[in-house]
Amino acid sequence: MDVLGRYRNLIVLVGVLFAQVLGLAVQVKRTTDSESTRLIRIWAVGAVTPLEKMLVWAQSSTGNIWHSYFYLRGVRSENRSLKAQIERMSLEQVRMSQDADQARRLQALLAFKEQFISQTMAAQVIGSSGSELSRSVYIDKGERDGVKPDMAVITADGIVGKVLRVYGSTSLVLLIDDQTSGVGALLDKTRLQGILRGTPSGEVMLEKVMSDETVPAGEMVLTSGGDGVFPKGLLVGRVTRVAPGSELFLNIRVRPAADLSKLEEVLVVTKIDERQAEPDQTGAARAVDILAERLPSVPAKPENAEKGGVPGAAAPTDAAPKPVGPATAGPTATGSDTKPKTVPPQASTSSGATGNSATKVSPKPVNAAGEPKPQPAVQDSPH
Amino acid sequence: MRLANPNRNPPYRIVHTNLAITYTSGEQVEVYRFSIPATVLIPLAAVFLQAFLPLRFRFFSIFDLPLLVTIGFATARRSPLAGLLTGSLIGILQDALTHHPIGLYGISKTVVGFGASSLGIKLDVEHAGARFLLTIFFYVVHEVVYFMIARGLVGLHMEWSWPHELLSGVANAALGVLIFMLLDRVKQRT
Repeated sequence: MDVLGRYRNLIVLVGVLFAQVLGLAVQVKRTTDSESTRLIRIWAVGAVTPLEKMLVWAQSSTGNIWHSYFYLRGVRSENRSLKAQIERMSLEQVRMSQDADQARRLQALLAFKEQFISQTMAAQVIGSSGSELSRSVYIDKGERDGVKPDMAVITADGIVGKVLRVYGSTSLVLLIDDQTSGVGALLDKTRLQGILRGTPSGEVMLEKVMSDETVPAGEMVLTSGGDGVFPKGLLVGRVTRVAPGSELFLNIRVRPAADLSKLEEVLVVTKIDERQAEPDQTGAARAVDILAERLPSVPAKPENAEKGGVPGAAAPTDAAPKPVGPATAGPTATGSDTKPKTVPPQASTSSGATGNSATKVSPKPVNAAGEPKPQPAVQDSPH
Repeated sequence: MRLANPNRNPPYRIVHTNLAITYTSGEQVEVYRFSIPATVLIPLAAVFLQAFLPLRFRFFSIFDLPLLVTIGFATARRSPLAGLLTGSLIGILQDALTHHPIGLYGISKTVVGFGASSLGIKLDVEHAGARFLLTIFFYVVHEVVYFMIARGLVGLHMEWSWPHELLSGVANAALGVLIFMLLDRVKQRT
């Protein structure tokens, strides 16, 4: 008894350490959380995240007030430059949609199946794990919002990570620069496939690319879709350094396109559709037609003037010229606040560049059965 | 004349006191306690700030606030039992926020809590210099224990870098001195 009393502190220390080592060993052996560890995590997350949410909300509200009401300097010039950018991008989109349509026709011939991000949900990053060795963040959407484990998390710049654990109103997202993460990736031009992993120091490496391959620095890295989490073709980042590695593989360092150290808002991909590619039967709008829409047109003649039968007068139009959206968007268009960026062309001008002559209305795209053809579109859930 | 039995009536009296003699100064040191709200809220605030601030200030990830609070509590209370239990609970709370198994920080901080309180009995840790050195020492101990468990038991790939650890230790010690000064304001004499 005297010995027990004398070494009481040491005995308790050994007991506590033994219990924790034992618990750790059991967790390592198991692949899923047990009920007790899950409870501890729920309590800890429940104790910390409400305050984080509150602070993030207060911070964003203050920021919104400042940016929306006080800090409006340069908005006019920014608006002008953005409009000019939209013009340029619309023309570029027409060209790209033609390429995409051609690709879809070829894919349809080969019976390819495409993956479409059909639903995303915007979420706010509210906190981190607090450890340099656990590169993960908490978002303010959880089970109640429909978030499930293994959902992809992206930003407009590139992929971010995947949902690892889901709680009631928050979720833990494992970032792609964590050493336990793994993303199927491929190089854009060379089409070489590999596995993207993080390192303990927070770098992102593309592994399993054979050392006899040539990989130029600056090449884009995309998701390959092989991991079952990210759909194929999402931007991951760019190759920054290539060096011969151990064994037969190259050491390829990748700089993520999304800034993982300054994450504020992300998109959780809540729904991915997989369907066979179908070529667009309607044909894409031409660049010249887009330009024609923007040119000033001759105003419509008054009715009495037409009755007068003036020779050379324009024929009546059977549909008012509407702004024409180019062909359907690519499969990676996302964004909760972005409505479907493009609509199927329903009306297209068929005349010359002046745009003052007759327009014709194209029928809605239909398939062989006469039903409207499905279009890849992004549906967004409410924020 | 009756001789006094030295075993029955010792010429000294054993007094159970909260004061201990330190090795370093030979002075008696006092034992402190913290109120229940402080005991609960300070570690929670430390874990919260550790999770919240690195997102806004990247450099903050070099600090380990829960570790500093563990050392601060342990050296003030000077009770190994309280120190190891405080360290264990703070560590488990910190573990629960990561995606790693629970116990990595728990074990490391249990060892630090026990060590800091045991050393706090013997050393005078009221001065800023002593606190600074003590924090560097226990930061390195914490990292060594974490490294061993993470590599040996969990199988994580980790790289040990002495310059990085020592630099982080110094940064943590500097912040630790400030935090201990704040803790001095809420601690109470027993």
